[in-house]
Order: sequence, then C-alpha cells, then structure tokens
Amino acid sequence: MNRMEFRYLPMTEQDEKDMLQTIGVESIEGLLEDIPESLREKASLAAIGAPLPEVDLVRHMTKLAEKNIHTKSYPSFLGAGMYDHLSPSVMNHMLLRSEFYTAYTPYQPEISQGELQAMFEFQTMICELTGMDVANSSMYDGITALAEATYLASAHTKKKRVIVSGAVHPEAKDVIRTYADGPGLSVEYTDVTDGLTDVADLDLTDASCLVVQYPNFFGRVEDLATLAEKAHDVGALFVVSSNPLALGVLESPGALGADITVGDAQPFGIPQSFGGPSCGYFAVKKSLMRKIPGRLVGQTVDEEGKRGFVLTLQAREQHIRRDKATSNICSNQALNALAASITMSALGKHGIRDMAIRNIQTAHYMKEAMKSAGFSIVDEGPMFNEFVVDLQIDADQVSRDLLKHGMIGGLPLGTYEADRQTQMLICATELRTKEEIDRFVDVVGGMK
Amino acid sequence: MQHEQTLIFEVSREGRTGYNLPTPTVPEVDLEKLLPQSMIRKEAAELPEVSELDVVRHYTALSTRNHGVDSGFYPLGSCTMKYNPKVNEDMARLPGFAHIHPLQPVETVQGALELMVDLQEQLAEITGMDEVTLQPAAGAHGEWTGLMLIKAFHERNGDQSRTKVLVPDSAHGTNPASAVVAGFETVTVKSDERGLVDLDDLKSKVGDDTAALMLTNPNTLGLFEADILEIAQVVHEAGGKLYYDGANSNAILGIARPGDMGFDVVHLNLHKTFTGPHGGGGPGSGPVGVKRDLMPFLPTPIATRTEEGFTLDYDRPHSIGRIKPFYGNFGINVRAYSYIKTMGAEGLTRVSREAVLNANYMFARLKDAFDVPYDTYCKHEFVLSGKRQKALGVRTLDIAKRLLDFGYHPPTIYFPLNVEECIMVEPTETESKETLDAFCDAMLQIAKEAEENPEIVQTAPHTTVVKRMDETLAARKPVLKYERPEPSSVNS
Repeated sequence: MNRMEFRYLPMTEQDEKDMLQTIGVESIEGLLEDIPESLREKASLAAIGAPLPEVDLVRHMTKLAEKNIHTKSYPSFLGAGMYDHLSPSVMNHMLLRSEFYTAYTPYQPEISQGELQAMFEFQTMICELTGMDVANSSMYDGITALAEATYLASAHTKKKRVIVSGAVHPEAKDVIRTYADGPGLSVEYTDVTDGLTDVADLDLTDASCLVVQYPNFFGRVEDLATLAEKAHDVGALFVVSSNPLALGVLESPGALGADITVGDAQPFGIPQSFGGPSCGYFAVKKSLMRKIPGRLVGQTVDEEGKRGFVLTLQAREQHIRRDKATSNICSNQALNALAASITMSALGKHGIRDMAIRNIQTAHYMKEAMKSAGFSIVDEGPMFNEFVVDLQIDADQVSRDLLKHGMIGGLPLGTYEADRQTQMLICATELRTKEEIDRFVDVVGGMK
Repeated sequence: MQHEQTLIFEVSREGRTGYNLPTPTVPEVDLEKLLPQSMIRKEAAELPEVSELDVVRHYTALSTRNHGVDSGFYPLGSCTMKYNPKVNEDMARLPGFAHIHPLQPVETVQGALELMVDLQEQLAEITGMDEVTLQPAAGAHGEWTGLMLIKAFHERNGDQSRTKVLVPDSAHGTNPASAVVAGFETVTVKSDERGLVDLDDLKSKVGDDTAALMLTNPNTLGLFEADILEIAQVVHEAGGKLYYDGANSNAILGIARPGDMGFDVVHLNLHKTFTGPHGGGGPGSGPVGVKRDLMPFLPTPIATRTEEGFTLDYDRPHSIGRIKPFYGNFGINVRAYSYIKTMGAEGLTRVSREAVLNANYMFARLKDAFDVPYDTYCKHEFVLSGKRQKALGVRTLDIAKRLLDFGYHPPTIYFPLNVEECIMVEPTETESKETLDAFCDAMLQIAKEAEENPEIVQTAPHTTVVKRMDETLAARKPVLKYERPEPSSVNS
C-alpha cells in the first residue's frame, strides 16, 4: 500500500506508529474492536473502484460533462423556475475566497463576522426588493421555501386549509402536497382564467393562506392587491412566491399586501447547475418575525461597543426547540446567498432595474416576432420574461428539432399538463440576442 | 457605536455601478408601453451603488474577517470540517455541469444523469442500502424525507397507529424536529453509563406504536453503538424501522455499513463526509438510501440506467411525491462524486481509519487535563467535559473563546446535551499530526491558564476583530436589516 497515493491524507507511517504508541494500542484495528466482527467483514467498497489522480479525474469528469449540451454553447429559451442570466465575473472570484466557502455556520461570531455581515446585507437586499420587513439568511430553494410558508401560515392561523393558485409552478404544487402530509394540511388549487389566478368560484373561509406566484408559472403578472384583499377578508395570510429579479421593476409584494414573500435568488448569477443548488429566500411582515424559519442574522455590539453581527432569535430553531420546532431546517444556502448579494451589489440600484426592464423588452420582442410569424400567444397580457405560445404542433417534438439547429427550446407544457401538448413556455432573458431570437422564430416558423 | 467595517450600503455613492449590461440588440420600448402603471414599482429597491472595485474590496475585507478550513484547524464536532479539494470546485464549474437546465430533454443531459446514477450506486455500496435518492437538499431535509418514507410504508401496511419516533437523548436537534415536522410524536430514549443506547429503556419504550428509531452511529459522543445488532432486532421485532443519521459517517467508511447493521433508511451529509464544502452554512446535499421494502416510496424522479441510456424515472405510484424542485443539489453532488472517484475504495477506507486514529490520539493527549465522561476508545470524534475548569470559574464557553486567540475554530460546545460543559472534538483525517499536536498544546495551556490565570481565559478572545458580542441585545431589540440614516443625520 502506497500512502503517497492519497494527497488529502497527511498521515505517514511514522505518524501512525507514534500516535498508536501515545494511545497505547497496537494497531488501528485495536480502536475498532467495539464494532461487531460480522459487520466489519461485510463492509467492502469493491464497487467504488481505484483512486484517480487529478489528471485522470479531470479527464473522466470532462468526458461526462461533454456529454451534456449546455447553455454556453446553445442559446436557451428555457425558464420555468431556473434561468439563464448573466453572472458577473467578479461574483465567482469573490465566491472563491475560500474563507467563505470552507467555513460552516457562523457559530463563533468573533471569527465569522465576514459571513454574518454578508448575510445581514443579503437580508437587507431581500427586504428592499420584496418590500417586506424581515428576511432570513436563505432557504434551500424557492419552492421548498414556499412549502415552509404554508407551514408558517397554518401554524400562525391555526387553520389547515391551504389554497394554492393553479398558476404556481407545477413542481411547487407537488412539493407543497408532499410537505402537507406531515402536519396534515389540506391543499386545494384555484382555477386559472386567462392565465391568471381565479378565486371567484372559491370559498376561502377557513383558509390558512392563499399562495400565488409573481410573475406566475405562465409568465403573467398577477393582480396581487386584489388577491391579497380576498385572502385578508377571511383572515388568511397572503403568500407570494416571487422572482426577485422581476422585483427590480414590478411593484413589491410587500406594497401590495403580502404577509409572506418567498422565492429563489437563482436569477442573480447563480448557475443553473441542473436545477440546484439555487437559493431560496423567505421574508415576512414584522408581526411574523418570531415565526420565520431558518437562520437570522442581527446587528449588535461587542463588549467594547463595536458594531458586529450574530445569529439571533435562535429560540425559534430546531437545535433549541427540538421536538417543539415548527421547521427542521438547519443548514441553508449561505454560499449562494453570498453569490446573489455580490451580483446584486455589482448591478446596484439602477442596474437591477435596467436588467429587469431588459428582460421584459427582450421577451416582448420575441413575443411580437412569434406573433408576426403567425403563432398565437396563449392568454396574452403583462409579463416579465416568459410567455406561452401555441405552436399548433407537438411542442416536445419542436424542442427536439430545435436541438438539431443548435438551440434549446422553451418548455413543452405537455410535460406538466396533458391538455397543453402544443404549447411552449418560452423564456427570453437579457442574454438572448435579436439574432438568436430571429433564428428561433425562423426555425420554428419553418416547422409549421 | 464604532463601525470598524463598513456595510456595502455605507460605501454606496449615487451614480456608481459595478456591472454593465450586454449591448442591447432588441429595440428599446418604453416600460409604460409594456406594463400598466399600477404594476410598476413606485420606489426603487435601495440596493447599493458601488464600483466593481468597491465590490471586490468589500467582499475581500469580509472574507478576511472569516475563518474557514483553509484558514486553520476547525475541529467542530459532528460537522466533519475536512479539507475541501480545489479540483472539485473546478469540476462543478465545468460548463457541461454548471450550465445545464434541469428541464432540457434527457438526451442532452446524459452525462449529468450518468453521474447521478453512478453516485447513487456508490452511495448505496458505501451505506449497504438498495437504492438512493439524491433529491434532499441537506441532512435535515434527508431526515425528514426518510421519516416520510417510513410513514408511507406503515400507512401502506395499514399500520396507522405507528405514530411515535424514538430518539436517543444524545441525538442531533434536527432528529426530533424532523420527526415532528413529518407528523410524528417523539419519545426520548436514555443513554446508559456507557454513553450508549440504554437497551432496557429502549425495550420498555418500543411497541406497536413505534414507527422508527433514529440513531447516529457512532453516536454524538463519538462512541460506536456496540449493541447495534440487538437494537435493530428489538426495533424490527416490534415492527418499527431503523433510521440512520449519517452525520457521523466519516467514522465508518469501509469499516461498517448501516445497511449491514440493520438500518432501513440512511441519510448522508455530502457536505460533511464527502467534502462538498460547507459554504458558510450551505448548500449541502442529503441523499437518502433505503432497503428494498421502502424503495416504492422514494421521491420521484430518480435517475436510472436503461438500455436506451440514462433517464428520469417518474413511475413510482406509491412515491411520497416530490420533496424538492428538480433533482437535488446537483452541483454539490458533482463535488462529492469527484471526491469519491479521487479516493477510490482504498482511499475512503483509509479516511475513516485515520479519522479514528486522529481522534483517539487527541483524546489520549487531552484526557488527563479535562474530565472525560466516557473513558474508552472513540471513533472519529470524542467529548470532554469542562467540569473541572468550571469549578475554577472558567466555563466551556471561555475555553472556546480562548482557542480563538490561538487561531483555531473551537470544537462544538454544549452538545450533546447529556454531557455537562461539553466539548466535542472532531479532527478529521485531513489534518497532520503537527496540527493535532499544536491544538492539543493550546488546550493544555488553556487548562493550565484556568488554574493559574483564569482571567485571561474568562476575558478571551483578545486577538479577534471583535470581542464577545452582546447576544441579549441582538435578541431583545432585533436589528435584522440595514436602516438608512435620515438625510439630516447624514449631513451632521
């Protein structure tokens, strides 16, 4: 056995000898005697294979990676909860400051002020965008954050009836349903009329919350103020899941009556990474501050009066409350919250608005181009960077044909809803150029 | 209040920017023509206005006020703060991994699916389970998923009365919290004088209302549950399932497998044992492995190998459903996979053996200077008690703070709850003997200081950028975001 085959393991033969001697045991086996022999005999790792030196590893990984078609070489029109946006170079450079990514949860504030302050700034930025009073320092992703919001609303209102807009992301519906099984919540969905949440036929009495997405799954901007009023009329909390980039230009959920706003900060430069990790956020009105799940960073002073930051209001959390906890979340997505903060700082107050507007303009141009090519838009109306087009032929087939032309098409909606087989949810972000869009319209126009 | 480090908002000056958008190629249309006035925000979100260099200086300054594994030793018990290989970061950033969309047609993501299937198989082998889902985002998420699987299993068998989850008193806080969130009641099982599950107490509490026993093995005291086979038998005979909290798997790779011990469900923390970096608190990844009888309930979809290539399997009629959008924290899974390939079978086995040797070595060096609640060989971590120092007026918290002056991140403190003034040390296998020795020297010096000069420990830290923080103030008057000063006070 050659010890030097393992560069992450510094123990030399001499070290091993010296350490065993200090312990007073003959061999490492002597330290494992409390493990039943029968277990030790079975613990083979044969299927794992031989170790790979770095060059071999990189070769192997590159080969795997190259089997995938990625959005750096194929222009992508896919959105639906995960977006192809710009990512400032400065973001990745700062993210690789390894004091951040090799640290853990800042339990020792004296040597974690960097992380704590970055989280405090993230909380501030999320509050600014959402118009909410308090934001936590992140959740796993926007959709599990939404599911946690239904927990908070149900615990707060002591009601178990969750009403979810039919126009939220289908995977959010699935996750909310799975989560509901724990505390025994009932979940109902609203109608969708003209691409928007429709509660006209729904008796909201006894609802703990009304959950909507903004912009919704079909790209449309919901009338939050009216929906908030309907929820509040029956004492339900109004829960909004929002793309934070859209909030660079859209009126904030806080200003329109949201009690809880959640979402995913992935649009702020976080790579799509096949769907994760992204970065959920969770923000509430002040009255719900002590019920918010996850970690909160607060400002305080040290013994000498210097400003500093600590994890605070921890009495809410699982490690204190244990079986009294209403959420079991422990780790979050701190590093991605940092990534989002860096991107938001680089873009700045005007940049974020300009980027949001650029998304609307680009999607608008594409929508008009599709219309000019003879396609009809499904439930047309105010939107952010996504819209639904009826291709009149099987959208899944179109998506596969587009690959032959070097493009990743939008989402065939038949994936989630059988009666939408010919519809495609198209996303055009600030990264899509006129040339790419024109080519898309050309190619798809030729398939009709 | 002194402001030694500015906030990014305080650096902001009107008219600066740190990024330029791409050159526009589509026609500019007035916003008012695209959105009704009522939908446009009235007040801009007050994000900072800073130059690119401002961004760099700010976050660089923050990074220097943070301690990571790369900065120095980080023996935080139960957290496995091992070295995070740099090549893994590069691999996760390969465009073919970082820039793929989860809803692309499966034929365009064959490499990603292959990696997932390979990783699922590797983790199944390591844990001795039959199938693995990569969907859970973190350890706690994995625990909850595992318990939901157990719940679905019992319900499917018409066993609705199994409403209780047994949890040892030494368990991680997430265990009882996850059980409650999954809709169970928890029952605490006592530890005996060995620090292990009290078999008699377990037998008296297990019954036909038992859904599962959650266990960490080695447990949070760093001790292997030597009666594990009997424990498994007791729980199984009562019709319950056995849940393995994988937070401490760094002790058992290639040495003992949860599946062979009798566990039915396992979660792993890929950010602990398998080097996905901790990221300042995440993102992690918490895959869950199960035995055959629980496979039908796994969350959908699952990456699978077929004759036509790799695909996503949604066809599980008894699945508990989705627990996360898309397929889990793929980016972290890439890092873990890269680590497993680097180490190979032999490397992984050495990892645990050396982690165990390191822990026992430190324990041997420290056990005379501190109280030891359980004087026996440990696995990858061990606990000390600061009782003796407490009698001298030096609390465990003080010892932890004093370690900061030596450049170390302190061990986990005041956990597990069943050890007074607990200090829980996990060195990991990636630290050299010199590092372990230097840390032990510091601990011994602090023990001596507690006797001879307690004040220096009680008032520590002395060298950090801030001193002890007023946590009571933070909780009593919460300031959770930056408030811009009123214009008048800016001028003053």
